[in-house]
Amino acid sequence: MSSYAVHRISAAVTTLAAASVIIFFFIHLIPGDPLYVLLGDVATPDQVDALRTRLGLDQPIIVQYFRWLAHVARGDLGTSIFFQTPVLHVIRDGAETSILLASITMIWITLIGVPVGAIAAMRHGSWLDQALSGVAMLLASVPTFWVGLYLILIFAAWLGWLPSSGYPSIFEQGGLANLRYLLLPSLALAAPNAALILRLTRASMLDVARADYIRTARAKGIRPMRVILRHILRNALLAVVSAFGFTFAALISEAVVTETVFALPGIGQLVVQSILRRDYPVIQGIILMTVVLYLAVNLMVDLCYRLLDPRVELA
Amino acid sequence: MLRVRDLSISIGTPTESLDIVSSVSFEIERGEILGLVGESGCGKSMTSLAVMGLLDKGGPWVRTGRVELSGFDVINSQPYQRVEAGHGGIAMIFQEPMSSLNPVMKVGDQIEEAIAVHQKTSSARQTLKARELLEMVRIPDAAMQLGAYPHQLSGGMRQRVMIAIALACQPQVLIADEPTTALDVTVQAQILSLLRELCDTLGLSILFITHDLGVVAQLVDRVAVMYAGRVVETATVERVFAYPAHPYTEALMSCLPDPGHWKQRLTTIPGQAAKPGQVRNGCAFAPRCRYAVATCVDQAPPCATLFDNHRVLCHFPRGVTA
Amino acid sequence: MISVISSFLIPFMRRPIAAVGLGILVCMIAAAILAPILAPYDPSKIEPIVRLLPPNAAHWFGTDQFGRDILSRVIYGARLALLIGIGVVSFALITGVPAGVLSALYPRFGSIMMRLIDVLMSFPALLLALGLIVILGRGVTNAILAIGVVYLTTTSRITYGLTLRLRTETYVEAASSMGAGAVWTIRKHVLPNLISPLLVQASFVFAFAQLSAASLDFLGLGAPPEIPSWGNMLADGRIFITRAPWLLFFPGFAIAMTALSLNLVGDALRDLLDPRFREMLNGNRR
Repeated sequence: MSSYAVHRISAAVTTLAAASVIIFFFIHLIPGDPLYVLLGDVATPDQVDALRTRLGLDQPIIVQYFRWLAHVARGDLGTSIFFQTPVLHVIRDGAETSILLASITMIWITLIGVPVGAIAAMRHGSWLDQALSGVAMLLASVPTFWVGLYLILIFAAWLGWLPSSGYPSIFEQGGLANLRYLLLPSLALAAPNAALILRLTRASMLDVARADYIRTARAKGIRPMRVILRHILRNALLAVVSAFGFTFAALISEAVVTETVFALPGIGQLVVQSILRRDYPVIQGIILMTVVLYLAVNLMVDLCYRLLDPRVELA
Repeated sequence: MLRVRDLSISIGTPTESLDIVSSVSFEIERGEILGLVGESGCGKSMTSLAVMGLLDKGGPWVRTGRVELSGFDVINSQPYQRVEAGHGGIAMIFQEPMSSLNPVMKVGDQIEEAIAVHQKTSSARQTLKARELLEMVRIPDAAMQLGAYPHQLSGGMRQRVMIAIALACQPQVLIADEPTTALDVTVQAQILSLLRELCDTLGLSILFITHDLGVVAQLVDRVAVMYAGRVVETATVERVFAYPAHPYTEALMSCLPDPGHWKQRLTTIPGQAAKPGQVRNGCAFAPRCRYAVATCVDQAPPCATLFDNHRVLCHFPRGVTA
Repeated sequence: MISVISSFLIPFMRRPIAAVGLGILVCMIAAAILAPILAPYDPSKIEPIVRLLPPNAAHWFGTDQFGRDILSRVIYGARLALLIGIGVVSFALITGVPAGVLSALYPRFGSIMMRLIDVLMSFPALLLALGLIVILGRGVTNAILAIGVVYLTTTSRITYGLTLRLRTETYVEAASSMGAGAVWTIRKHVLPNLISPLLVQASFVFAFAQLSAASLDFLGLGAPPEIPSWGNMLADGRIFITRAPWLLFFPGFAIAMTALSLNLVGDALRDLLDPRFREMLNGNRR
């Protein structure tokens, strides 16, 4: 494995370790006795004692941290106060919806953002470019839940084409047709992010087009379309790809609200409801899993970036 | 082989234009190296880009002129258009080898891309040809370097790759826009000798643009001196150094430090080069010319031809008794 | 000072879009400051008789399910928006800039600090804010703090990068070789050069803070219900979306226009800047 990969992986692992410390302390930072924070107010004395021994609350805080870490490594993220089932199971139930939503949204973002941004760059200065840039600017400024609400109004309430809320699993019933439940939410979620990718692609292409090596390419006698695709776009995409990591983070954040608007049974809605229900073990578990996921995605993007840009040595 | 006639490049709109390059004419024969010399901003790069057809839309544009390549006028055609019309003919290398190569493409692929445009051969033959070209520009270990990326090569090597790419375009004329300015002196010498060798063996004509008179003395056969967007003198390199006819050229020569006397004061040319549009009538150099008289300021200088095809744009060329 | 301000205004005059953005921003600030004068009704006045009226002559934006005038609530909502924007930007600048500058000037402190920032940045923005809200409780101040922490990370990163660049500028080296101390260097060389890029950054942070705060309010975790807030209005009006679509339009439009105007202003400012700083400002989070 190249030294670059080793370096990036070890950096991700150390960041994760540090983040896990913060997440561990999350429970302790919430006002109140950690035991009752984790068990809720209706805990019986037996449950309290059991948890006290399990967590080792009489031990120094460092030991508690490592005990927690050991549990996490085994998949034990605690028990949900509301559901009285393991946190991991609760999260798993919501994962399908959220992962599908995120994937479909990323597809929209890429398929719309990149080509439209490229077209705007190629027609730089024309009315088309100005119109597209204006629309992109607008979409990047609107709140996703507002877009979502109006999509529901137009397409679900008025036109009746698409369902307005909920999501029956494609595995349990209905099959792929149930993906239409995710169409409106994914569009609402994709809109501002696609707009940002559009602007980034456009800006990146305009930047690259001014480079000396593009002049060399033209001097070689290559046809303009090939210059655009093979030289300009190819180099411009580097900036876009490196933005994917943080686009994903934005997706996670905004999915929380979007799932609430569309009543999708995903992790986002779970987080909000858990906050309202004071189901702290679930909140902690979700934050942990999200951070792991985000760091993993970033790592993958970094490693892939190396494939695209041979100039990248040790960061 | 390459004949540039009355080339004028302007900025502004067609109705309200301002010439930044005026009536430039020169020719380069087969196997000859012409040096285009002048200070920064005199329009030499602009001229070369215009000849090449690489002026950006929205920037300066060609107002009039002809660029004849073996008889065909290729003015205002971009390189790919020339290839399609069958007049490949001109290739160009640039000043900054650092940034003139696509950073994410292997060097071999970039050469093969140029080959593919100008010759119809199989992919395997293209790779072979690319290797030959690298060898021709004296890059050691050519076969391995085909797979290298530009950032892995030194400045001198990158410039050689640029030359190889230019050769892949099978040019009759090579335009070299200050190719050695960004390199150190030792590497510079190698590149210059390479260019001379290519010229001799392949019969390549070279338009060599530079502001460095030392390079001019070493490499070129003939010189065209530019000032404020005009060609003020054209002659063989020996005559330009020994018998400069235009006051500007004469002043340039006197600015060169004499290696014999090391305690001299360096001479300069007083004043600043004229900006486009500053000169209405009369000679552009008149404000700074020590020999200027009233005629120089009022009337545009004619192009006089002294013997041996030595052309001067001046009312009173030096060394010619009235 | 005047010359600094006017040198910023001129490019806005040249670019119509940016001028529009500035105009919208000025309107919003005016609405916030002059709310008591501009609003036709008391935003909290409940009048069940006129509930759920579409826009009409008496109520330009219509009324909500409690009979409250939407126009007045939107105008008063601008106050909260302004407060949140200023609060978040101030917090991010006050904490982020020193962190970034000191990290760049003192490498050992810097490596620890920047690692810490990296760790904070491994939490997606809204989740980090939500986590902090859980610990701190809901409310406007806590929302400002929570969102502020999110944006202090980007601000400190950007300041760090900018200061590093500045540190290697030859004139800074020249100054320190002449004996300039750290504080002097910071005051004379670093801070003045940071003003422009940070102004651009502030515009974008202000815009994102609006969207984040609106999201928090919408989820019921931000401003309490008695304060007129655009996010709260959207949350309240959600169930009436089919019966009274205008309930949702105006507050959402207000959020969008505020964010848009700031984005336009930020863009215009960024286009003015030295190109080398532009790269650093492109990595903003939402």
